[in-house]
Amino acid sequence: MLNAECFFSKMATLTETQPASLTLSNDEILRYSRHLIMPEVGMEGQLKLKAAKVLCIGAGGLGSPLALYLGAAGVGTLGIVDFDVVDYTNLQRQIIHSTADVGRPKLDSAAEKLKAMNPFLNIRKFNTRLSSDNAIELFKEFDIIADGTDNFPTRYLVNDACVLTGKPNVYGSIFRFEGQASIFATEEGPCYRCLYPEPPPPGLVPSCAEGGVLGILPGLVGVIQATEVIKLILGKGDPLIGRLLLIDALAMKFRELKLRKNPDCPACGKNPTITKLIDYEEFCGIRGEEAPAEVTTDEIEVEELKQRLDRGEDIYVLDVREPHEYDICNIGGHLIPLGELPNRVNELDTSKEIVAHCRSGVRSAKAVNFLRQAGFKKVHNLAGGILAWADRVDPSMPKY
Amino acid sequence: MPKIHIPTPLRQYAGKQPAVDVKGSTIGEALSGLVSNHPDLRRHLYTEDGKLRAFVNVYLNDEDVRYLQKEATVVRDGDNISIVPSIAGGSST
Repeated sequence: MLNAECFFSKMATLTETQPASLTLSNDEILRYSRHLIMPEVGMEGQLKLKAAKVLCIGAGGLGSPLALYLGAAGVGTLGIVDFDVVDYTNLQRQIIHSTADVGRPKLDSAAEKLKAMNPFLNIRKFNTRLSSDNAIELFKEFDIIADGTDNFPTRYLVNDACVLTGKPNVYGSIFRFEGQASIFATEEGPCYRCLYPEPPPPGLVPSCAEGGVLGILPGLVGVIQATEVIKLILGKGDPLIGRLLLIDALAMKFRELKLRKNPDCPACGKNPTITKLIDYEEFCGIRGEEAPAEVTTDEIEVEELKQRLDRGEDIYVLDVREPHEYDICNIGGHLIPLGELPNRVNELDTSKEIVAHCRSGVRSAKAVNFLRQAGFKKVHNLAGGILAWADRVDPSMPKY
Repeated sequence: MPKIHIPTPLRQYAGKQPAVDVKGSTIGEALSGLVSNHPDLRRHLYTEDGKLRAFVNVYLNDEDVRYLQKEATVVRDGDNISIVPSIAGGSST
């Protein structure tokens, strides 16, 4: 394939410039013996792996399996970019971190595990948020970038920086039980903007915290990314250049779509208009979007709701979460999931006082907005949702 | 009849189905049929002036219709139409 060959020849040049300094010790030869006895790898391939420098953006769901397998394979230099700390809810899928790491920087946790698994690795830690100010300089120091981030602004940032520095972007993304994988930003192949010239408006595509994610999914996709990184380094096999792999873990079906380089692409097309990195938050429209403006006057605190319910006041508690969330914990509210509210609004009484709640207050704020526009005057949002109730009213209630 | 594959983020607006059979001899007709039967999908797929949203890609089998005849692309029985929106989950939250 023309795409792959162009990259392979670049990689060969890269490793040829430093042959003398690169050898494998007896320990390394023993460690990597299962690679060395394969003709597809051999000593030559293992030396290419050792010479390679790969930057992993994110040490979370995708980054965990990615970094672990690249480290195990003997990729000589692994850069990791992550500014986040390990959270208890991460442990369901971010397998490089353990319970003892909760509260610690992900970077430290990841680097320790990688070094313990393979002391021959050169781990470079970047405890920073990737931004338009640092991405270009950072990417220049590596051969391949593996994108394991979790938001649209960074995806576009990584793509543009890869195109501008000429580094391939091994891409993976997930949602619930579906994943995508591809390689963007090679010279002959498409970039992320060829596929998605524009990001979705904020709020249209939920995050993992709102949509949930099957724990194994980033494992599946992250290892596919690691596989593609290794194939690029070795110059073997057919890489996912110009191919979008779609993974449906529930159906266990893998489909493939053709990706073409868009000749009019603003980043990698014939006449690129993106010649430097931009403000990606603005591009994705999320500046100033965080706090819903209508919340303050329509809110009620959990303590007040508790007191009024205890006094026997006739308040209709509307729970706009999903049935499986209701099963985890509830305060006895009437369950109408947010998505069903428009069709079931006739179940509500406009003369009654309604307090809407969800898990944290975001979905219920949307419900309150909707009901007010539908003519309901006495509607309030439970600030902080059922999480706040568990924190301040009923500590025996589980949090999720 | 051609089949439209509904991506996960949009299934809640299509009666939770992963795929829907549609009538239509072109991509445009098939998508119109889809949003007529599932009106909640409309705002996710189309802008207010009726254009297909830029972050939504439509494929006929494995080819992006932008590189075929876009909404005029002919569809046949047994064809698979895929809606492929961008997803971004990867790292933390």
